[in-house]
Amino acid sequence: MAPVVFLVTLVVFLSARLVPGGPVEALTQGRRMSPEAIERFRVDLGLDQPWYVQYWKWAGKILSGDFGTSIRSRRLVVVEILYNFPHTVELVFASLLLAVPFGILLGVYAALKQHSVFDYFCTTLSVVGVSMPAFWLALMLMLLFSVQLGWLPTSGLLDPRVALKPITHFYLLDALITRNFVAIGNFFHHLVLPSVVLATIPLAYITRMVRSSMLDVLRLDYVSVARAKGVPETRVILKHALRNALIPVTIVIGTVTGLLLGGAILTETIFGLPGMGRLMVESILERDFPVIQACVLVFALGYSLVTLLTDITCQLIDPKARYD
Amino acid sequence: MTDLLRALRRNRLALAGGIILCILTIVAIFGPLLTPSDPFLARMPLRLRPPSCTNLFGTDSLGRDVLSRVIHGSRVSLKSGFLVVCISSVVGIFLGVAAGYSAKATDAILMRFVDFLLAFPSLLLAILIVAILGPGLNNAILAVSIAYIGPVARLARGVTIKVKGYEFVEAARASGGGRCHIVLRHIMPNILSPLIVQIALNLGGAIVDIAGLSFIGLGARPPVPEWGAMLASGRRYIRIAWWLTTFPGIAIMASVLACVFIGDGVREILDPKYRS
Repeated sequence: MAPVVFLVTLVVFLSARLVPGGPVEALTQGRRMSPEAIERFRVDLGLDQPWYVQYWKWAGKILSGDFGTSIRSRRLVVVEILYNFPHTVELVFASLLLAVPFGILLGVYAALKQHSVFDYFCTTLSVVGVSMPAFWLALMLMLLFSVQLGWLPTSGLLDPRVALKPITHFYLLDALITRNFVAIGNFFHHLVLPSVVLATIPLAYITRMVRSSMLDVLRLDYVSVARAKGVPETRVILKHALRNALIPVTIVIGTVTGLLLGGAILTETIFGLPGMGRLMVESILERDFPVIQACVLVFALGYSLVTLLTDITCQLIDPKARYD
Repeated sequence: MTDLLRALRRNRLALAGGIILCILTIVAIFGPLLTPSDPFLARMPLRLRPPSCTNLFGTDSLGRDVLSRVIHGSRVSLKSGFLVVCISSVVGIFLGVAAGYSAKATDAILMRFVDFLLAFPSLLLAILIVAILGPGLNNAILAVSIAYIGPVARLARGVTIKVKGYEFVEAARASGGGRCHIVLRHIMPNILSPLIVQIALNLGGAIVDIAGLSFIGLGARPPVPEWGAMLASGRRYIRIAWWLTTFPGIAIMASVLACVFIGDGVREILDPKYRS
Protein backbone atom coordinates (compact mmCIF):
# COMPACT_ATOMS: atom_id res chain seq x y z
CA MET A 1 0.00 0.00 0.00
CA ALA A 2 2.90 2.40 0.80
CA PRO A 3 4.06 2.84 -2.85
CA VAL A 4 0.46 3.47 -3.93
CA VAL A 5 -0.05 6.08 -1.18
CA PHE A 6 3.22 7.75 -2.24
CA LEU A 7 2.08 7.81 -5.89
CA VAL A 8 -1.36 9.16 -4.92
CA THR A 9 0.15 12.01 -2.87
CA LEU A 10 2.67 12.74 -5.64
CA VAL A 11 -0.06 12.99 -8.29
CA VAL A 12 -2.28 15.10 -6.03
CA PHE A 13 0.72 17.40 -5.42
CA LEU A 14 1.51 17.56 -9.13
CA SER A 15 -2.14 18.18 -10.09
CA ALA A 16 -1.87 21.91 -9.30
CA ARG A 17 1.43 22.01 -11.23
CA LEU A 18 -0.05 20.29 -14.30
CA VAL A 19 -2.86 22.82 -14.77
CA PRO A 20 -2.52 24.73 -18.05
CA GLY A 21 -0.82 27.97 -17.01
CA GLY A 22 1.02 26.36 -14.10
CA PRO A 23 0.57 26.48 -10.31
CA VAL A 24 0.36 30.27 -10.08
CA GLU A 25 -2.60 30.21 -12.46
CA ALA A 26 -4.18 27.39 -10.42
CA LEU A 27 -3.67 29.08 -7.07
CA THR A 28 -4.62 32.62 -8.11
CA GLN A 29 -7.47 31.53 -10.41
CA GLY A 30 -5.89 33.54 -13.24
CA ARG A 31 -6.19 36.92 -11.46
CA ARG A 32 -4.26 39.72 -13.21
CA MET A 33 -1.01 40.33 -11.31
CA SER A 34 2.11 42.32 -12.02
CA PRO A 35 5.26 40.29 -12.89
CA GLU A 36 6.83 41.39 -9.54
CA ALA A 37 3.76 40.21 -7.62
CA ILE A 38 3.82 36.88 -9.48
CA GLU A 39 7.52 36.43 -8.66
CA ARG A 40 6.88 37.30 -4.98
CA PHE A 41 3.97 34.82 -4.96
CA ARG A 42 6.23 32.14 -6.45
CA VAL A 43 8.92 32.71 -3.81
CA ASP A 44 6.33 32.78 -1.00
CA LEU A 45 4.93 29.45 -2.13
CA GLY A 46 8.40 27.98 -2.64
CA LEU A 47 7.75 27.49 -6.37
CA ASP A 48 11.30 28.67 -7.17
CA GLN A 49 12.64 25.47 -5.58
CA PRO A 50 13.03 22.05 -7.28
CA TRP A 51 9.79 20.03 -7.42
CA TYR A 52 11.01 17.30 -5.08
CA VAL A 53 11.87 19.90 -2.40
CA GLN A 54 8.40 21.41 -2.89
CA TYR A 55 6.83 17.94 -2.63
CA TRP A 56 8.75 17.14 0.55
CA LYS A 57 7.62 20.39 2.20
CA TRP A 58 4.04 19.94 0.96
CA ALA A 59 3.90 16.35 2.29
CA GLY A 60 5.23 17.56 5.66
CA LYS A 61 2.49 20.19 5.83
CA ILE A 62 -0.20 17.68 4.86
CA LEU A 63 0.98 15.30 7.59
CA SER A 64 0.59 18.11 10.13
CA GLY A 65 -2.93 18.80 8.81
CA ASP A 66 -2.07 21.99 6.95
CA PHE A 67 -3.86 21.84 3.59
CA GLY A 68 -3.66 25.60 3.04
CA THR A 69 -6.49 28.11 2.68
CA SER A 70 -9.52 27.87 0.41
CA ILE A 71 -9.44 30.45 -2.38
CA ARG A 72 -13.24 30.47 -2.48
CA SER A 73 -14.21 30.73 1.19
CA ARG A 74 -10.92 32.08 2.62
CA ARG A 75 -11.25 29.47 5.37
CA LEU A 76 -8.66 26.85 6.28
CA VAL A 77 -9.11 23.81 4.03
CA VAL A 78 -8.87 21.49 7.04
CA VAL A 79 -11.88 23.30 8.56
CA GLU A 80 -13.84 22.81 5.32
CA ILE A 81 -12.94 19.12 5.38
CA LEU A 82 -13.90 18.74 9.04
CA TYR A 83 -17.30 20.36 8.35
CA ASN A 84 -18.05 18.22 5.29
CA PHE A 85 -16.34 14.86 5.84
CA PRO A 86 -18.73 13.67 8.60
CA HIS A 87 -21.77 14.15 6.33
CA THR A 88 -20.26 12.02 3.55
CA VAL A 89 -19.41 9.34 6.12
CA GLU A 90 -23.02 9.39 7.38
CA LEU A 91 -24.38 9.05 3.85
CA VAL A 92 -21.95 6.27 2.82
CA PHE A 93 -22.59 4.33 6.05
CA ALA A 94 -26.36 4.61 5.66
CA SER A 95 -26.06 3.27 2.12
CA LEU A 96 -23.75 0.44 3.17
CA LEU A 97 -26.20 -0.49 5.93
CA LEU A 98 -28.93 -0.73 3.30
CA ALA A 99 -26.89 -2.42 0.58
CA VAL A 100 -24.93 -5.11 2.47
CA PRO A 101 -27.60 -6.81 4.66
CA PHE A 102 -30.36 -6.53 2.04
CA GLY A 103 -28.00 -7.64 -0.74
CA ILE A 104 -26.94 -10.71 1.24
CA LEU A 105 -30.56 -11.56 2.19
CA LEU A 106 -31.88 -11.21 -1.36
CA GLY A 107 -28.90 -13.08 -2.85
CA VAL A 108 -29.16 -16.00 -0.40
CA TYR A 109 -32.92 -16.33 -0.79
CA ALA A 110 -32.71 -16.11 -4.59
CA ALA A 111 -30.04 -18.87 -4.60
CA LEU A 112 -32.10 -21.09 -2.30
CA LYS A 113 -35.17 -20.63 -4.50
CA GLN A 114 -33.29 -20.94 -7.82
CA HIS A 115 -35.55 -20.75 -10.91
CA SER A 116 -38.48 -19.49 -8.79
CA VAL A 117 -40.42 -16.28 -9.48
CA PHE A 118 -38.53 -14.61 -6.64
CA ASP A 119 -35.20 -15.64 -8.17
CA TYR A 120 -36.15 -14.21 -11.58
CA PHE A 121 -37.43 -11.05 -9.88
CA CYS A 122 -34.15 -10.62 -7.96
CA THR A 123 -32.03 -11.32 -11.06
CA THR A 124 -34.00 -8.80 -13.14
CA LEU A 125 -33.87 -6.25 -10.34
CA SER A 126 -30.10 -6.66 -9.94
CA VAL A 127 -29.47 -6.31 -13.71
CA VAL A 128 -31.67 -3.19 -13.85
CA GLY A 129 -30.01 -1.86 -10.68
CA VAL A 130 -26.52 -2.28 -12.11
CA SER A 131 -27.58 -0.55 -15.36
CA MET A 132 -29.42 2.37 -13.82
CA PRO A 133 -27.46 5.63 -13.55
CA ALA A 134 -27.70 6.78 -9.92
CA PHE A 135 -28.30 10.40 -10.89
CA TRP A 136 -31.29 9.43 -13.05
CA LEU A 137 -32.73 7.20 -10.36
CA ALA A 138 -32.37 10.15 -7.96
CA LEU A 139 -34.39 12.36 -10.29
CA MET A 140 -37.09 9.71 -10.80
CA LEU A 141 -37.46 9.04 -7.06
CA MET A 142 -37.50 12.78 -6.40
CA LEU A 143 -40.25 13.14 -9.01
CA LEU A 144 -42.33 10.39 -7.40
CA PHE A 145 -41.77 10.77 -3.65
CA SER A 146 -41.10 14.49 -3.39
CA VAL A 147 -42.95 16.15 -6.26
CA GLN A 148 -45.96 13.84 -6.81
CA LEU A 149 -46.53 12.34 -3.35
CA GLY A 150 -44.82 15.03 -1.24
CA TRP A 151 -43.61 12.44 1.27
CA LEU A 152 -39.89 13.18 1.29
CA PRO A 153 -37.80 16.36 1.07
CA THR A 154 -35.91 17.10 -2.15
CA SER A 155 -32.71 18.50 -0.68
CA GLY A 156 -30.54 18.92 2.41
CA LEU A 157 -29.80 16.65 5.36
CA LEU A 158 -31.63 18.71 7.96
CA ASP A 159 -34.49 21.20 7.81
CA PRO A 160 -33.06 24.74 8.30
CA ARG A 161 -35.80 25.35 10.90
CA VAL A 162 -34.47 22.51 13.08
CA ALA A 163 -31.83 23.87 15.45
CA LEU A 164 -28.90 21.54 16.14
CA LYS A 165 -25.79 22.50 18.10
CA PRO A 166 -22.73 21.32 16.10
CA ILE A 167 -20.31 19.33 18.28
CA THR A 168 -18.82 16.56 16.15
CA HIS A 169 -20.43 17.71 12.84
CA PHE A 170 -21.98 14.25 12.52
CA TYR A 171 -25.65 15.25 12.55
CA LEU A 172 -26.79 11.97 14.09
CA LEU A 173 -24.14 11.98 16.83
CA ASP A 174 -24.76 15.65 17.64
CA ALA A 175 -28.50 15.01 17.85
CA LEU A 176 -27.92 12.00 20.12
CA ILE A 177 -25.49 13.89 22.36
CA THR A 178 -27.87 16.82 22.75
CA ARG A 179 -30.90 14.45 22.96
CA ASN A 180 -32.55 16.37 20.14
CA PHE A 181 -35.07 13.77 18.97
CA VAL A 182 -36.77 16.18 16.55
CA ALA A 183 -33.43 16.52 14.74
CA ILE A 184 -32.93 12.72 14.68
CA GLY A 185 -36.33 12.20 13.04
CA ASN A 186 -35.75 15.06 10.61
CA PHE A 187 -32.28 13.74 9.72
CA PHE A 188 -33.58 10.25 8.90
CA HIS A 189 -36.47 11.76 6.94
CA HIS A 190 -33.94 13.66 4.79
CA LEU A 191 -31.55 10.71 4.54
CA VAL A 192 -34.04 8.22 3.03
CA LEU A 193 -33.90 9.28 -0.63
CA PRO A 194 -30.13 9.93 -0.94
CA SER A 195 -29.17 6.72 0.86
CA VAL A 196 -31.61 4.60 -1.18
CA VAL A 197 -30.25 6.14 -4.42
CA LEU A 198 -26.65 5.59 -3.36
CA ALA A 199 -27.33 2.04 -2.16
CA THR A 200 -29.08 0.83 -5.35
CA ILE A 201 -26.05 -0.06 -7.49
CA PRO A 202 -24.07 -1.66 -4.61
CA LEU A 203 -27.21 -3.57 -3.59
CA ALA A 204 -27.56 -4.92 -7.12
CA TYR A 205 -23.86 -5.91 -7.22
CA ILE A 206 -23.97 -7.64 -3.84
CA THR A 207 -27.22 -9.49 -4.68
CA ARG A 208 -25.70 -10.82 -7.94
CA MET A 209 -22.46 -11.78 -6.21
CA VAL A 210 -24.09 -13.51 -3.22
CA ARG A 211 -26.53 -15.41 -5.44
CA SER A 212 -23.84 -16.79 -7.76
CA SER A 213 -21.42 -17.47 -4.89
CA MET A 214 -24.12 -19.22 -2.85
CA LEU A 215 -25.14 -21.36 -5.85
CA ASP A 216 -21.51 -22.45 -6.29
CA VAL A 217 -21.12 -23.37 -2.62
CA LEU A 218 -24.47 -25.20 -2.39
CA ARG A 219 -23.21 -27.61 -5.09
CA LEU A 220 -20.03 -28.52 -3.19
CA ASP A 221 -19.50 -31.91 -1.58
CA TYR A 222 -19.20 -30.73 2.01
CA VAL A 223 -22.70 -29.24 1.85
CA SER A 224 -24.07 -32.55 0.55
CA VAL A 225 -22.15 -34.38 3.31
CA ALA A 226 -23.59 -32.05 5.97
CA ARG A 227 -27.10 -32.67 4.63
CA ALA A 228 -26.49 -36.45 4.48
CA LYS A 229 -25.35 -36.40 8.12
CA GLY A 230 -28.74 -34.95 9.02
CA VAL A 231 -27.56 -31.45 9.93
CA PRO A 232 -30.65 -29.16 10.01
CA GLU A 233 -31.10 -27.14 6.77
CA THR A 234 -30.83 -23.74 8.53
CA ARG A 235 -27.50 -24.78 10.01
CA VAL A 236 -26.28 -26.10 6.64
CA ILE A 237 -27.14 -22.78 5.02
CA LEU A 238 -25.86 -20.45 7.74
CA LYS A 239 -22.82 -22.33 9.01
CA HIS A 240 -21.59 -24.34 6.03
CA ALA A 241 -22.75 -22.54 2.91
CA LEU A 242 -23.15 -18.84 3.76
CA ARG A 243 -19.85 -18.51 5.62
CA ASN A 244 -17.92 -19.71 2.58
CA ALA A 245 -20.15 -17.91 0.10
CA LEU A 246 -19.43 -14.61 1.85
CA ILE A 247 -15.67 -14.72 1.17
CA PRO A 248 -15.92 -13.40 -2.43
CA VAL A 249 -18.57 -10.95 -1.21
CA THR A 250 -16.09 -9.47 1.28
CA ILE A 251 -13.75 -8.78 -1.63
CA VAL A 252 -16.59 -7.03 -3.46
CA ILE A 253 -17.19 -4.71 -0.46
CA GLY A 254 -13.96 -2.88 -1.46
CA THR A 255 -15.28 -2.33 -5.01
CA VAL A 256 -18.66 -1.37 -3.60
CA THR A 257 -17.08 1.27 -1.36
CA GLY A 258 -15.41 2.73 -4.45
CA LEU A 259 -18.83 2.88 -6.13
CA LEU A 260 -20.28 4.52 -3.02
CA LEU A 261 -17.54 7.17 -2.88
CA GLY A 262 -17.94 7.95 -6.59
CA GLY A 263 -21.72 7.86 -6.22
CA ALA A 264 -21.58 10.14 -3.16
CA ILE A 265 -20.12 12.89 -5.35
CA LEU A 266 -23.17 12.74 -7.65
CA THR A 267 -25.75 12.09 -4.93
CA GLU A 268 -24.60 15.02 -2.79
CA THR A 269 -24.66 17.30 -5.81
CA ILE A 270 -28.19 16.22 -6.87
CA PHE A 271 -29.73 16.40 -3.41
CA GLY A 272 -27.79 19.52 -2.40
CA LEU A 273 -26.33 17.73 0.62
CA PRO A 274 -23.36 19.04 2.53
CA GLY A 275 -20.39 16.71 2.06
CA MET A 276 -17.02 16.08 0.47
CA GLY A 277 -18.47 15.28 -2.97
CA ARG A 278 -20.39 18.52 -3.32
CA LEU A 279 -17.46 20.47 -1.86
CA MET A 280 -15.18 18.92 -4.48
CA VAL A 281 -17.50 19.60 -7.44
CA GLU A 282 -18.04 23.23 -6.36
CA SER A 283 -14.28 23.65 -5.88
CA ILE A 284 -13.56 22.24 -9.37
CA LEU A 285 -16.08 24.58 -10.96
CA GLU A 286 -14.41 27.51 -9.17
CA ARG A 287 -10.84 26.16 -9.64
CA ASP A 288 -10.21 26.15 -5.87
CA PHE A 289 -7.13 23.90 -6.04
CA PRO A 290 -6.17 23.66 -2.33
CA VAL A 291 -9.66 22.23 -1.60
CA ILE A 292 -9.64 19.95 -4.69
CA GLN A 293 -6.29 18.48 -3.63
CA ALA A 294 -7.47 17.89 -0.07
CA CYS A 295 -10.74 16.27 -1.21
CA VAL A 296 -9.02 13.93 -3.68
CA LEU A 297 -6.44 12.98 -1.06
CA VAL A 298 -9.10 12.19 1.54
CA PHE A 299 -11.19 10.15 -0.94
CA ALA A 300 -8.20 8.22 -2.33
CA LEU A 301 -6.65 7.47 1.05
CA GLY A 302 -10.05 6.47 2.43
CA TYR A 303 -10.56 4.12 -0.50
CA SER A 304 -7.05 2.63 -0.12
CA LEU A 305 -7.71 2.09 3.60
CA VAL A 306 -10.99 0.30 2.88
CA THR A 307 -9.22 -1.91 0.30
CA LEU A 308 -6.53 -2.76 2.87
CA LEU A 309 -9.14 -3.54 5.55
CA THR A 310 -11.00 -5.73 3.03
CA ASP A 311 -7.79 -7.70 2.35
CA ILE A 312 -7.17 -8.16 6.07
CA THR A 313 -10.79 -9.26 6.67
CA CYS A 314 -10.51 -11.77 3.82
CA GLN A 315 -7.40 -13.28 5.37
CA LEU A 316 -9.12 -13.48 8.75
CA ILE A 317 -12.21 -15.29 7.48
CA ASP A 318 -10.49 -17.38 4.82
CA PRO A 319 -7.44 -19.29 6.08
CA LYS A 320 -6.53 -20.25 2.48
CA ALA A 321 -5.99 -16.57 1.58
CA ARG A 322 -3.19 -16.35 4.18
CA TYR A 323 -1.09 -18.80 2.17
CA ASP A 324 -1.75 -17.30 -1.30
CA MET B 1 -12.98 -15.53 -31.94
CA THR B 2 -15.24 -16.91 -34.71
CA ASP B 3 -16.48 -19.55 -32.27
CA LEU B 4 -17.24 -16.83 -29.77
CA LEU B 5 -19.25 -14.84 -32.30
CA ARG B 6 -21.19 -17.96 -33.27
CA ALA B 7 -21.90 -18.73 -29.61
CA LEU B 8 -22.93 -15.11 -29.04
CA ARG B 9 -25.58 -15.44 -31.74
CA ARG B 10 -27.00 -18.47 -29.92
CA ASN B 11 -26.97 -16.81 -26.44
CA ARG B 12 -30.30 -15.03 -25.90
CA LEU B 13 -28.95 -12.53 -23.39
CA ALA B 14 -26.05 -11.48 -25.57
CA LEU B 15 -28.30 -11.42 -28.63
CA ALA B 16 -30.77 -9.08 -26.90
CA GLY B 17 -27.91 -6.80 -25.80
CA GLY B 18 -26.40 -6.88 -29.28
CA ILE B 19 -29.73 -5.97 -30.92
CA ILE B 20 -30.33 -3.03 -28.52
CA LEU B 21 -26.78 -1.75 -29.04
CA CYS B 22 -27.08 -2.15 -32.84
CA ILE B 23 -30.35 -0.18 -32.87
CA LEU B 24 -28.79 2.57 -30.75
CA THR B 25 -25.71 2.66 -32.98
CA ILE B 26 -27.84 2.85 -36.16
CA VAL B 27 -29.90 5.65 -34.58
CA ALA B 28 -26.65 7.44 -33.70
CA ILE B 29 -25.16 7.04 -37.20
CA PHE B 30 -28.30 8.06 -39.09
CA GLY B 31 -29.38 10.57 -36.43
CA PRO B 32 -29.62 13.64 -38.70
CA LEU B 33 -31.95 11.70 -41.05
CA LEU B 34 -34.15 10.42 -38.23
CA THR B 35 -34.68 13.58 -36.16
CA PRO B 36 -38.18 15.04 -36.67
CA SER B 37 -36.84 18.60 -36.27
CA ASP B 38 -33.63 20.54 -35.69
CA PRO B 39 -32.38 19.58 -32.20
CA PHE B 40 -30.79 23.03 -31.75
CA LEU B 41 -33.70 25.13 -33.04
CA ALA B 42 -35.30 27.13 -30.20
CA ARG B 43 -39.02 27.93 -30.55
CA MET B 44 -40.07 29.84 -27.46
CA PRO B 45 -43.86 29.68 -28.12
CA LEU B 46 -43.59 25.86 -27.96
CA ARG B 47 -41.60 25.72 -24.70
CA LEU B 48 -42.25 22.95 -22.15
CA ARG B 49 -44.98 21.20 -24.19
CA PRO B 50 -45.79 17.69 -22.85
CA PRO B 51 -45.44 14.63 -25.11
CA SER B 52 -47.98 14.74 -27.96
CA CYS B 53 -48.41 13.51 -31.55
CA THR B 54 -46.36 16.42 -32.91
CA ASN B 55 -43.62 16.17 -30.26
CA LEU B 56 -43.47 12.55 -29.13
CA PHE B 57 -41.08 13.28 -26.20
CA GLY B 58 -42.36 16.86 -25.62
CA THR B 59 -40.33 20.06 -25.83
CA ASP B 60 -37.72 21.59 -23.51
CA SER B 61 -37.42 25.01 -21.87
CA LEU B 62 -36.39 26.59 -25.19
CA GLY B 63 -39.08 24.83 -27.22
CA ARG B 64 -36.63 22.34 -28.78
CA ASP B 65 -37.95 18.87 -29.64
CA VAL B 66 -36.77 16.43 -26.94
CA LEU B 67 -36.97 13.38 -29.25
CA SER B 68 -34.65 15.07 -31.76
CA ARG B 69 -32.27 15.97 -28.97
CA VAL B 70 -32.31 12.42 -27.53
CA ILE B 71 -31.57 11.03 -31.03
CA HIS B 72 -28.81 13.58 -31.59
CA GLY B 73 -27.60 12.90 -28.04
CA SER B 74 -27.04 9.26 -28.93
CA ARG B 75 -24.34 10.43 -31.37
CA VAL B 76 -22.54 12.33 -28.61
CA SER B 77 -23.01 9.80 -25.79
CA LEU B 78 -22.28 6.63 -27.79
CA LYS B 79 -19.33 8.24 -29.58
CA SER B 80 -17.92 9.28 -26.20
CA GLY B 81 -18.46 5.78 -24.82
CA PHE B 82 -16.84 4.07 -27.81
CA LEU B 83 -13.89 6.50 -27.73
CA VAL B 84 -13.34 5.82 -24.03
CA VAL B 85 -13.45 2.08 -24.63
CA CYS B 86 -11.05 2.30 -27.61
CA ILE B 87 -8.47 4.43 -25.78
CA SER B 88 -8.64 2.54 -22.48
CA SER B 89 -8.65 -0.89 -24.16
CA VAL B 90 -5.67 -0.19 -26.44
CA VAL B 91 -3.56 1.32 -23.65
CA GLY B 92 -4.79 -1.16 -21.01
CA ILE B 93 -4.16 -4.23 -23.19
CA PHE B 94 -0.73 -2.90 -24.18
CA LEU B 95 0.25 -2.30 -20.54
CA GLY B 96 -1.23 -5.60 -19.36
CA VAL B 97 0.38 -7.72 -22.07
CA ALA B 98 3.71 -5.93 -21.65
CA ALA B 99 3.59 -6.50 -17.88
CA GLY B 100 2.47 -10.12 -18.18
CA TYR B 101 4.96 -11.10 -20.88
CA SER B 102 8.01 -9.11 -19.71
CA ALA B 103 10.58 -9.70 -17.00
CA LYS B 104 9.73 -9.21 -13.33
CA ALA B 105 11.21 -5.69 -13.09
CA THR B 106 9.13 -4.33 -16.01
CA ASP B 107 6.07 -6.12 -14.65
CA ALA B 108 6.59 -4.58 -11.20
CA ILE B 109 6.99 -1.03 -12.56
CA LEU B 110 3.99 -1.26 -14.88
CA MET B 111 1.78 -2.83 -12.25
CA ARG B 112 2.62 -0.15 -9.65
CA PHE B 113 1.34 2.37 -12.17
CA VAL B 114 -1.81 0.27 -12.66
CA ASP B 115 -2.19 -0.06 -8.86
CA PHE B 116 -2.03 3.72 -8.67
CA LEU B 117 -4.86 4.00 -11.23
CA LEU B 118 -6.87 1.47 -9.26
CA ALA B 119 -6.27 3.36 -5.99
CA PHE B 120 -9.00 5.80 -7.04
CA PRO B 121 -12.66 4.98 -7.67
CA SER B 122 -12.98 5.47 -11.47
CA LEU B 123 -15.31 8.48 -11.27
CA LEU B 124 -13.07 10.19 -8.70
CA LEU B 125 -9.97 9.74 -10.88
CA ALA B 126 -11.91 11.10 -13.87
CA ILE B 127 -13.00 14.12 -11.79
CA LEU B 128 -9.38 14.75 -10.69
CA ILE B 129 -8.21 14.70 -14.31
CA VAL B 130 -11.05 17.01 -15.37
CA ALA B 131 -10.05 19.31 -12.49
CA ILE B 132 -6.56 19.51 -13.99
CA LEU B 133 -7.57 19.81 -17.64
CA GLY B 134 -10.70 21.90 -17.10
CA PRO B 135 -14.37 21.02 -17.75
CA GLY B 136 -15.44 20.02 -21.29
CA LEU B 137 -16.56 16.94 -23.23
CA ASN B 138 -13.15 16.15 -24.77
CA ASN B 139 -11.40 16.43 -21.42
CA ALA B 140 -14.10 14.26 -19.82
CA ILE B 141 -13.56 11.58 -22.51
CA LEU B 142 -9.80 11.64 -21.90
CA ALA B 143 -10.31 11.57 -18.13
CA VAL B 144 -12.71 8.61 -18.16
CA SER B 145 -10.41 6.78 -20.63
CA ILE B 146 -7.46 7.10 -18.23
CA ALA B 147 -9.67 6.00 -15.32
CA TYR B 148 -10.69 2.83 -17.23
CA ILE B 149 -7.16 1.73 -18.15
CA GLY B 150 -6.52 0.09 -14.76
CA PRO B 151 -9.12 -2.74 -14.80
CA VAL B 152 -8.32 -3.66 -18.45
CA ALA B 153 -4.56 -3.70 -17.79
CA ARG B 154 -4.92 -5.86 -14.69
CA LEU B 155 -7.13 -8.39 -16.47
CA ALA B 156 -4.91 -8.41 -19.58
CA ARG B 157 -1.86 -9.12 -17.43
CA GLY B 158 -3.61 -11.99 -15.63
CA VAL B 159 -4.72 -13.76 -18.81
CA THR B 160 -1.37 -13.10 -20.53
CA ILE B 161 0.49 -14.81 -17.68
CA LYS B 162 -1.90 -17.77 -18.00
CA VAL B 163 -1.64 -18.05 -21.80
CA LYS B 164 2.15 -17.53 -21.75
CA GLY B 165 2.51 -20.84 -19.90
CA TYR B 166 0.61 -22.85 -22.54
CA GLU B 167 2.50 -25.34 -24.68
CA PHE B 168 1.71 -23.70 -28.01
CA VAL B 169 3.44 -20.50 -26.82
CA GLU B 170 6.46 -22.52 -25.68
CA ALA B 171 6.46 -24.30 -29.04
CA ALA B 172 6.39 -20.95 -30.88
CA ARG B 173 9.28 -19.73 -28.75
CA ALA B 174 11.24 -22.95 -29.32
CA SER B 175 10.76 -22.66 -33.07
CA GLY B 176 12.41 -19.23 -32.98
CA GLY B 177 9.36 -16.97 -32.97
CA GLY B 178 10.16 -13.38 -32.04
CA ARG B 179 8.60 -11.58 -29.08
CA CYS B 180 6.27 -9.44 -31.24
CA HIS B 181 5.27 -12.43 -33.36
CA ILE B 182 4.39 -14.53 -30.29
CA VAL B 183 2.42 -11.69 -28.68
CA LEU B 184 0.50 -10.76 -31.82
CA ARG B 185 -0.09 -14.23 -33.31
CA HIS B 186 -0.36 -16.49 -30.26
CA ILE B 187 -1.13 -14.45 -27.14
CA MET B 188 -3.48 -11.71 -28.39
CA PRO B 189 -6.06 -13.99 -30.07
CA ASN B 190 -6.28 -16.08 -26.90
CA ILE B 191 -6.68 -13.25 -24.41
CA LEU B 192 -9.31 -11.26 -26.31
CA SER B 193 -12.31 -13.39 -25.35
CA PRO B 194 -12.09 -12.83 -21.56
CA LEU B 195 -11.28 -9.16 -22.20
CA ILE B 196 -14.50 -8.69 -24.18
CA VAL B 197 -16.55 -9.08 -20.95
CA GLN B 198 -14.58 -6.27 -19.30
CA ILE B 199 -14.68 -4.08 -22.42
CA ALA B 200 -18.47 -4.50 -22.79
CA LEU B 201 -19.00 -3.57 -19.14
CA ASN B 202 -16.59 -0.64 -19.54
CA LEU B 203 -18.67 0.70 -22.45
CA GLY B 204 -21.76 0.86 -20.25
CA GLY B 205 -19.77 2.35 -17.37
CA ALA B 206 -18.16 4.92 -19.67
CA ILE B 207 -21.53 6.12 -21.02
CA VAL B 208 -22.79 6.54 -17.43
CA ASP B 209 -19.59 8.25 -16.22
CA ILE B 210 -19.52 10.70 -19.15
CA ALA B 211 -23.21 11.44 -18.54
CA GLY B 212 -22.48 11.81 -14.81
CA LEU B 213 -19.65 14.27 -15.46
CA SER B 214 -21.89 16.27 -17.82
CA PHE B 215 -24.67 16.14 -15.22
CA ILE B 216 -22.51 17.88 -12.59
CA GLY B 217 -21.23 20.40 -15.13
CA LEU B 218 -17.78 18.89 -15.79
CA GLY B 219 -18.47 17.31 -19.20
CA ALA B 220 -20.54 18.42 -22.21
CA ARG B 221 -21.94 21.92 -21.88
CA PRO B 222 -25.26 23.27 -23.24
CA PRO B 223 -26.41 23.42 -25.99
CA VAL B 224 -24.67 20.08 -26.80
CA PRO B 225 -27.47 17.49 -26.52
CA GLU B 226 -25.49 14.95 -24.47
CA TRP B 227 -27.83 12.74 -22.39
CA GLY B 228 -26.27 13.68 -19.02
CA ALA B 229 -26.29 17.39 -19.87
CA MET B 230 -29.96 17.06 -20.94
CA LEU B 231 -30.80 15.51 -17.57
CA ALA B 232 -28.99 18.35 -15.81
CA SER B 233 -30.91 21.05 -17.67
CA GLY B 234 -34.21 19.15 -17.28
CA ARG B 235 -33.66 18.86 -13.52
CA ARG B 236 -34.59 22.53 -13.03
CA TYR B 237 -38.07 21.87 -14.45
CA ILE B 238 -38.67 18.54 -12.71
CA ARG B 239 -41.79 19.84 -10.95
CA ILE B 240 -43.53 20.91 -14.17
CA ALA B 241 -41.92 18.88 -16.99
CA TRP B 242 -41.24 15.22 -16.09
CA TRP B 243 -40.46 14.33 -19.73
CA LEU B 244 -37.23 16.37 -19.75
CA THR B 245 -35.55 13.99 -17.29
CA THR B 246 -37.37 10.77 -18.13
CA PHE B 247 -36.47 10.16 -21.79
CA PRO B 248 -32.72 10.93 -21.75
CA GLY B 249 -32.46 8.71 -18.64
CA ILE B 250 -34.24 5.83 -20.40
CA ALA B 251 -31.78 6.21 -23.30
CA ILE B 252 -28.78 5.99 -20.93
CA MET B 253 -30.28 2.99 -19.17
CA ALA B 254 -31.06 1.15 -22.43
CA SER B 255 -27.48 1.53 -23.64
CA VAL B 256 -26.01 0.39 -20.32
CA LEU B 257 -28.46 -2.52 -20.14
CA ALA B 258 -27.35 -3.62 -23.63
CA CYS B 259 -23.70 -3.60 -22.51
CA VAL B 260 -24.51 -5.56 -19.33
CA PHE B 261 -26.44 -8.15 -21.40
CA ILE B 262 -23.51 -8.55 -23.81
CA GLY B 263 -21.02 -8.77 -20.93
CA ASP B 264 -23.12 -11.36 -19.07
CA GLY B 265 -23.75 -13.30 -22.30
CA VAL B 266 -20.04 -13.52 -23.12
CA ARG B 267 -19.29 -14.53 -19.53
CA GLU B 268 -21.91 -17.28 -19.75
CA ILE B 269 -20.33 -18.58 -22.95
CA LEU B 270 -16.76 -18.46 -21.67
CA ASP B 271 -17.33 -19.72 -18.13
CA PRO B 272 -18.96 -23.17 -17.98
CA LYS B 273 -19.87 -22.45 -14.33
CA TYR B 274 -22.31 -19.73 -15.42
CA ARG B 275 -23.84 -21.87 -18.16
CA SER B 276 -25.65 -24.09 -15.69
